[in-house]
Amino acid sequence: MAIMAIEPTMEQRAFMPATIEKVSIIVSKGSLDGIYPGLIMANGARAEGIEANMFFTFFGLDAIHKTRHEHIKIATVGNPGLHLSTWLGGVPGMSSVMTHYLASKMEKIDIPTIPEFIEMIADTGCGLFACKASVDLFGLTKEDFIPQVQDIITVGEFYEKAAGGQIIYT
Amino acid sequence: MTTATVDLTDIARNDEGFFLDPEQWTEAMVPALAMFEGIIDLTDRHWQIIRFMRSEYLEKGTGPTVRVLGKASGVSIKELYQLFPKGPAKIAARIAGIPKPRGCI
Repeated sequence: MAIMAIEPTMEQRAFMPATIEKVSIIVSKGSLDGIYPGLIMANGARAEGIEANMFFTFFGLDAIHKTRHEHIKIATVGNPGLHLSTWLGGVPGMSSVMTHYLASKMEKIDIPTIPEFIEMIADTGCGLFACKASVDLFGLTKEDFIPQVQDIITVGEFYEKAAGGQIIYT
Repeated sequence: MTTATVDLTDIARNDEGFFLDPEQWTEAMVPALAMFEGIIDLTDRHWQIIRFMRSEYLEKGTGPTVRVLGKASGVSIKELYQLFPKGPAKIAARIAGIPKPRGCI
């Protein structure tokens, strides 16, 4: 099958803003390295004056879970970026050790912890939303989440909120 | 308008509106620069941030990010965004006549 790139016409180009005005960031993973990029993108968008919303789905829900978001860990198995052999990564406690090591490095360059970062992002005026399908799947309620979470919304409602902006999936 | 007394025509700024030479900046320019950013009612809290941006830049060679502002300026993140809705560090840096703060967080 031939894949064609469709270039915008001159008229369409005229309506494309030269700047990004709005972003919707989806966080779908529950590991340390799965959550931070979305948080940095959201915080950075607000710093630029860009309207931002975050949508947490599947294991990404741990990032806004009252008790779990303090215990987000880096995956030490199946994570080739760590350059750690699989058997060593699977040693009990290895994930905690690596997480502590990374946390201390992050603290040195003043990267906030996940709970602190999310609170800060909410303070910047970024919306925080949980995905209804995942909330139902895991048997959670709004009370399980930090108070900054505005609502539990469906995918359809997410698209309504995302209208007119860019969507970033992490 | 009081801003008419301040001449900004000779100020060299980049495409994003940041001063190329922070030495060209004076406090007298602040109301005009703020108005250019859509801030008509310039309060003491705005001034507190603008002066903080300036002193941090002169001391460290780079302006503070929003996180640093929230921790060290005496103004909370929430209030920072009320004062400068289009991005506190970015807008305050433009008004303070310093380059865009570099920092991802």
